Amino acid sequence: MRYLPHTDEDIAAMLGVVRCADLDGLFAALPADCRVNGELRLPAALTEWELDDHMDRLAGAMAVSPEYLIFLGAGSYDHRIPAVVSSLLARSEFVTSYTPYQPELLQGTLQGLYEYQTLAARLLGMEVATASHYDGAAALAEALLMAVRITKKKRVALSRAINPHYRQVVRTYFAPTGYELIEIPLLATGLTDLARLESAGELAAVALQSPNFFGCIEDFREAAERAHAGGALLVATFTEALAYGLLKNPGSQGADIAAGDGQSLGIPRSFGGPALGMLASRKQYMRNLPGRLVGQTKDRAGKRGFVLTLATREQHIRREKATSNICSNNSLCALTAAMYLASLGGTGIRELAALNHDKAEYLKKALTDAGCVIPFSAPTFNEFVVTAPGGFDARYRRLIEKKIVAGLPLGPYYPELAGHSLLCVTETASRENMDALAREVKS
Amino acid sequence: MTESMVQSTLTLDEPLLWERGKKGRCGFSLPARDVPESPLPVALTGDKPDFPDLSEIEVVRHYTRLSTWNYGVDTGFYPLGSCTMKYNPKTNERQAALKGFAAAHPLLPAALSQGALRLMFALERDLAEITGLDAVTLQPAAGAQGELTGMLIIHAWHRSRGKQRTRILIPDTAHGTNPASAALCGYTPVPVPSNERGIIASGAVEGLMDDKTAGIMITNPNTLGLFEENIREIARIVHERGGLVYGDGANMNAVMGVVKPGVIGVDILHLNLHKTFSTPHGGGGPGAGPVAVRKELARFLPIPRVSETGGTYELRDDYPDSVGRVLSFHGHFGVLARAYAYIRSMGPDGLARASRLAVLNANYIRERLKGTLHLAYDRPCMHECVFSDRNQQASGISTLDMAKRLMDYGYHPPTIYFPLIVHGAIMIEPTETETKEELDRFIEAFETIVREAQDNPQLLRDAPHVCKVKRLDETEAARNPCLTG
Repeated sequence: MRYLPHTDEDIAAMLGVVRCADLDGLFAALPADCRVNGELRLPAALTEWELDDHMDRLAGAMAVSPEYLIFLGAGSYDHRIPAVVSSLLARSEFVTSYTPYQPELLQGTLQGLYEYQTLAARLLGMEVATASHYDGAAALAEALLMAVRITKKKRVALSRAINPHYRQVVRTYFAPTGYELIEIPLLATGLTDLARLESAGELAAVALQSPNFFGCIEDFREAAERAHAGGALLVATFTEALAYGLLKNPGSQGADIAAGDGQSLGIPRSFGGPALGMLASRKQYMRNLPGRLVGQTKDRAGKRGFVLTLATREQHIRREKATSNICSNNSLCALTAAMYLASLGGTGIRELAALNHDKAEYLKKALTDAGCVIPFSAPTFNEFVVTAPGGFDARYRRLIEKKIVAGLPLGPYYPELAGHSLLCVTETASRENMDALAREVKS
Repeated sequence: MTESMVQSTLTLDEPLLWERGKKGRCGFSLPARDVPESPLPVALTGDKPDFPDLSEIEVVRHYTRLSTWNYGVDTGFYPLGSCTMKYNPKTNERQAALKGFAAAHPLLPAALSQGALRLMFALERDLAEITGLDAVTLQPAAGAQGELTGMLIIHAWHRSRGKQRTRILIPDTAHGTNPASAALCGYTPVPVPSNERGIIASGAVEGLMDDKTAGIMITNPNTLGLFEENIREIARIVHERGGLVYGDGANMNAVMGVVKPGVIGVDILHLNLHKTFSTPHGGGGPGAGPVAVRKELARFLPIPRVSETGGTYELRDDYPDSVGRVLSFHGHFGVLARAYAYIRSMGPDGLARASRLAVLNANYIRERLKGTLHLAYDRPCMHECVFSDRNQQASGISTLDMAKRLMDYGYHPPTIYFPLIVHGAIMIEPTETETKEELDRFIEAFETIVREAQDNPQLLRDAPHVCKVKRLDETEAARNPCLTG
């Protein structure tokens, strides 16, 4: 096996040093009834070339573009990834290093993460951002636990227009805590009925997603005012980070914590993971943040350098009193996002975000012209809900036969939206492909 | 080895991203606009983000230079204890990057994602076989989230029996995440002291396990690199008193094909695919922390779960007792694909041999260095061994000084000051992928450093000498946090 370098001669010499007769002798101290008899029942080893064939076959049994036209977002987005990002990410000095516990030897990772924290904070309009979390859903769950710690109140209100999977993850994290979760219902416009907060009682946090699950752009400002009036924090969440290249960011609208996903920022969908949990807050809550933070400092010669910092919040120091149990995070995805944002720049991200929005508007119109109905009136970013007379599901199924995935059928998530589909359009959708979708819908 | 073996190199400086660039540059090929403009109401749009504008070459130089300040497994020996920094095979990167995987949307209909589902199903079966447990979830994002998932399952199991418990036993040789994971489920950790042999005596558990205690979280082999020999008896006591046994499988690299945790009394176990199964750690992640359980607990596993009928695969979420979802989608699939490629490349014999050689390498270092450094527990180890700075205290040299000096010799230091029960701990895990020659050079470097500690201690206190930066002021970083620029 090419990963195992030991020759018989090496093994014999080393066994001599440790005074063992053979390799099995290394386990002599284990009680006999703890040892397994016989070999592992696993498929036999493949050569590199057999593995390539096997994996090519598996990967070949997946629907991807250009064979399929896929208008599917709902928390995982198709964006162009520049060769620069993929190429730089192949630098194995980044890829094969561990968490930078020894900062003098990992300044590359540390400066890269410090820069990511800065770009993430600027994108979200916040003062501080962590070095990453697992994904948007886990980041939201931890942000809400953070809000409970800060406010010492035990109820949290979640907009029903938050991605259903995010709400499921929040419920999972909250299940053993005894804290209460309530849901804020929807308006007919596709937006959250924030007026319901009047009667919601004492809350630790209000969680609102924008653009929401239906692509609709929510009003963080109103949510923040209502939350703050009752002593609660506004936790802004998002699945499409690119939107803030165009929209007002959460911080500028009064959000206290922003937690969502940055997969859009140069990270392949990869069947849902790894993605990038982004978590940012106002500086006053810095010591309540879960997870790694990189800070600037100086070395003994007075030279600028970077280290992991505020570790007294973390599990390896604070043990059961830690702000979270998180240890490994999604660092490399954070570095990816920074490379991607560095390539785009402030000018590029604005243009790209506007293009996403405009393409979605084009498809909206094309589908309306083809007889579909856009049920929600609120403005959207790059996703929107569509239905049709008699429902959209039969069309969805027919389009699959034509190798077009026309969004996500919403019935399983929102029974009242059976017959509706959530469509996504990014810069990867050409006018020609959108016209093809509209044509097939009509036929 | 002499002073001349100390590394020396050209290190290029590089400013921060926003100290480079010029407004109006762009390093991105913006797709052509083939649709009309359709501006949003001004009330909804914000200022454009304050990002630097850089050209492509500036981005490339920036990150290439940063990468040269980094040390990875591909650079050299990385003996971080309990982190299993083995070689990360390059073919795994190829497999994860295949377009069918990398470009696949997680919510594709099952009929359009058979390849990924089949891979996940097969990987679950492989991990069940390796651990001796029955059912597996691949969803947890990392070891700590695997622990949380396990604790949620224990919590759900007790609730299903009608009576919740409040405490959980955690040995003093467990991983640092264990108490924090238990606390997220409302359990109060109760420390179990290890004995003079560095392991847990069944009597210690006997005295603590009661009807308020939900179970035990036990790392085996533990963080001293020692096998918990009394595991069967400990499991018997815990089970008899209505608890469950959670195994932290972060150190599974020691015992593949040697011990199956499910056979020796463990009910729930997480694995770290970025340790045992060779996926790269990426400077802090992403990892993957699958959880395996015995069949009685399968109904509590997170949803969705992969299921197979007649060679066709689907994701199902009709498990009413499930603890729920822990991530948005189905786990870190990109990491799972790499681990699957590793298991297929190694085969059953390769995995079993990897564990044997990992244990051989660790014992070789233990035996060769024990005359030089103080060995905390002088007995054969599993995949790692723990020394301390006791012998250097007279010269006023600490573990930290020796760790920093190792950098000058071109090595990443071992894990230091952990486990907490060994004062000044130096925890070395070589893994199976290191050659004997590499281990010999490392041992020689450490011997030289220990001599330097006596002859020229200031050399160590001022180390590292040849890194990008000198020793960094971590106290100042925490006192006046500067987290963004």
